Amino acid sequence: MKPKKVYEKQPDSFKFSDKNLEIAENILKKYPKERKKSAVMPLLYLVQRQNENWIPLAAMKYIAKYLSIPYISVYEVATFYSMYNLSPVGKYFVQVCTTSPCLLRGANKIVDICKKNISSNQSQVTKNKLCSWTEVECLGACVNAPMMQINESYYEDLDEQDANKIIKSLLEDKPLKSGSYRNRKNTAPENLNNLNGGKIA
Amino acid sequence: MGEKLLKKEDRIFSNIYNELGWQIDNSLKREDWKNTNEIISKGREWIIDEIKKSELRGRGGAGFPTGLKWSFAPKKLGSRPHYLIINADESEPGTCKDRDILRFEPQKLIEGCLISGFAVNAHTCYIYIRGEYLNEGKRLQEAINQAYEKNFLGKNACGSNWDFDIYIHYGAGAYICGEETALLESLEGNKGQPRLKPPFPALVGLYGCPTIVNNVETVAVVPTILRRGSQWFSSLGKPKNTGTKIFCISGNVNSPCNVEEEMGIPLKELIEKYAGGVIGGWENLQAVIPGGSSMPLLPKKICDTINMDFDSLIAAKSGLGTAGIIVINKDQNIIECMARIAKFYKHESCGQCTPCREGSGWMWRILERLAKGEATYSDIDLLSDVTKQIEGHTICAFGEGSAWPVQGLLRHFRKEIDKKCIGEPIVKKRKNIPYLIDQHLLEKDNA
Repeated sequence: MKPKKVYEKQPDSFKFSDKNLEIAENILKKYPKERKKSAVMPLLYLVQRQNENWIPLAAMKYIAKYLSIPYISVYEVATFYSMYNLSPVGKYFVQVCTTSPCLLRGANKIVDICKKNISSNQSQVTKNKLCSWTEVECLGACVNAPMMQINESYYEDLDEQDANKIIKSLLEDKPLKSGSYRNRKNTAPENLNNLNGGKIA
Repeated sequence: MGEKLLKKEDRIFSNIYNELGWQIDNSLKREDWKNTNEIISKGREWIIDEIKKSELRGRGGAGFPTGLKWSFAPKKLGSRPHYLIINADESEPGTCKDRDILRFEPQKLIEGCLISGFAVNAHTCYIYIRGEYLNEGKRLQEAINQAYEKNFLGKNACGSNWDFDIYIHYGAGAYICGEETALLESLEGNKGQPRLKPPFPALVGLYGCPTIVNNVETVAVVPTILRRGSQWFSSLGKPKNTGTKIFCISGNVNSPCNVEEEMGIPLKELIEKYAGGVIGGWENLQAVIPGGSSMPLLPKKICDTINMDFDSLIAAKSGLGTAGIIVINKDQNIIECMARIAKFYKHESCGQCTPCREGSGWMWRILERLAKGEATYSDIDLLSDVTKQIEGHTICAFGEGSAWPVQGLLRHFRKEIDKKCIGEPIVKKRKNIPYLIDQHLLEKDNA
C-alpha cells in the first residue's frame, strides 16, 4: 500500500449541496435500512465530485454524522482505497497505467512526457491548476495498451506523439476526445479482415 | 496448428466488439431474454443440475465448478435473505474481458443475474464494478434501466413470479477487492480486507447472510447454456474444461485483442491467428504469462505446445486464471518485467497478513536489485525463501498470487538470473554492520 498524504490546508466545514443530498438519499435506498454503512464508498465519491475531485477531512466527519458511524470508519475507508484523493488534483487528472502489459508497450514513455510537460513529480498540480498526473496500477484495458485515464475517460492505443498531443491539449484547457487513438474498433484484432478470408470464424 | 477456429454459431458473446449494438432492442435480436420465463419455470434443481452437467467452471480465476458453488446455498429461504454478488472488479493485470461484457453485452449479464439469482434464492443482486470502470458502469445502469422498463427486472421479473432487483456498487481502486470476502467487506463499507474462511460466503456472506459470488463472464454465459443445453456447452473444449472463454492477448504481439475461443485451444494458434503473431516472429518469443499476472510464466519451449485450459496449464505448473495472456518477447528484460509485477503486488497488498505485507516488498526490492545487476548469489536463495514463506501463510490467495510469478521466474530463468548476479553480499565486506539488516537500507538514500 502506498501511504496517502492528507492535505495541509483543510477547509473548516463541508456540506452536501441540495442536489447531492437528494442523490445521497437515493444511494441509501440501495442498501438494507440497518446497513447504512455500505453507503460510505458511494458517498465519498459524491463528496469528491462536489469538491473538485478531492476529499477534505471535514467531509469525512460530515459523512460519519450523516450515516451515524464513527469518524474513523470513514477515515480508514478513505485512506485505504486509492481512488479517493485526499489532496487537490488538477482539473484534468491524468492517471497513467504502468503495470506490465502497458509497460511492455511503452508506458514509461508516456510517464516521461507527463514529467516533462506537467510536473517532474507525481501529484503535483500545475500553476494554473489545470493538470496533475500520477502513475497507477492496471486500469483493465490491457489489449489497448498503453493507455491513460483522464478524469473519467480512457485514452487508449497511444504512442508518444498522441500522448504529447493529449497532454498539451489539457494544458490549453481544450481536451482532445477519449477512446482509441488508432481508430480501432474497441478490442477487436486490427487485422481482422485478413483473418480467415475476411471473416472471423 | 491448422485446427479449426471456433464456429460463429458457437460463439456466446457475438457482440464483444460492439458491431451489433448494445441496446436492449439489439440484444433481443441476438436471442437474449428468449424463453427466460420458461427456463425459470423448470425450477432451481433443474437449473443447478444443467449447470453442473455443463461442467462450467468459474471464469474469475480459481476455476471452481459453478453448479457446485450454487448448490452450497441453503435450499430453502430462511429468516435471512440470500444475496447474489457479481464480481466485476476486474483488476488482474492482463485481463480486460469483463469490461467488454459490461459495455457491449450487458443484457446477457443481467439475464444471467436473474436466472442465477433465482437458482440461489436471491431477490437482491449487487454488481461490484471497479471504480475506474465508471463509464462501463453508467452503460450497465442504462441497460438495467432498459430491462426494468420491459419488466425483465423488478416485481415478478420477466413473468417468473420471482422479485429481483439489481444494484451497482463501485469499488475504488483496490485490487484485493477482487477476492470474494474482501469484496463483501468493501460492500459493507469497510476496508477491503479478506475474511477467514470458513465460514464460506455461501452460508455466511454479505451482512452475515448466505451469499453467492460469481464472476461477470460466468454469469453471462449461464442463459446461453440453459437455452442451448448443457450438452452443447460440454461438447466444446474437453472434459472438465468445457465451453468457450474470452482470451485477452496483450503485450508484445502485433495486434493485441480480446477473442472468444474454445477452451483448450493451443496457445500458439491463439497468438498467431488472432493477435497477429509475436513481434519479431515466434522465434523472438521469450515467455508468456498465461492467466493474468498471478500465474507463473511459461518459457517459449512450453508455449510451443501448451493448450489453454485449466488442467493443461496446471500440469505445466501454471494456471489459466483469468485467461489474460501477456506475451513477452526477447526484446524485453524478463527480470525487469517480473520486478514490475512484484511492485504491483507490493502496492496492492491489503496489509492484513504479515507474510504478504512484508514479503511482497522484499520480493520487489530483491528483484529490483537483480534487474540492476546489484544482487548477490545469496539474494537468489533469499528470494526463493521469501516466496515460500508467503505461500500458504496468508488468509487469502493474494499471497500465492504474489509468490507464484516469482517462483515461475526462478524455475524457468535461473540461468539469466545467475548471469546478473555479482559476488558476495555487501554485509560480508563491511564488517561493522549487524548481520540481520535488509541490504537495501544500507545503500544510498533508500533508507
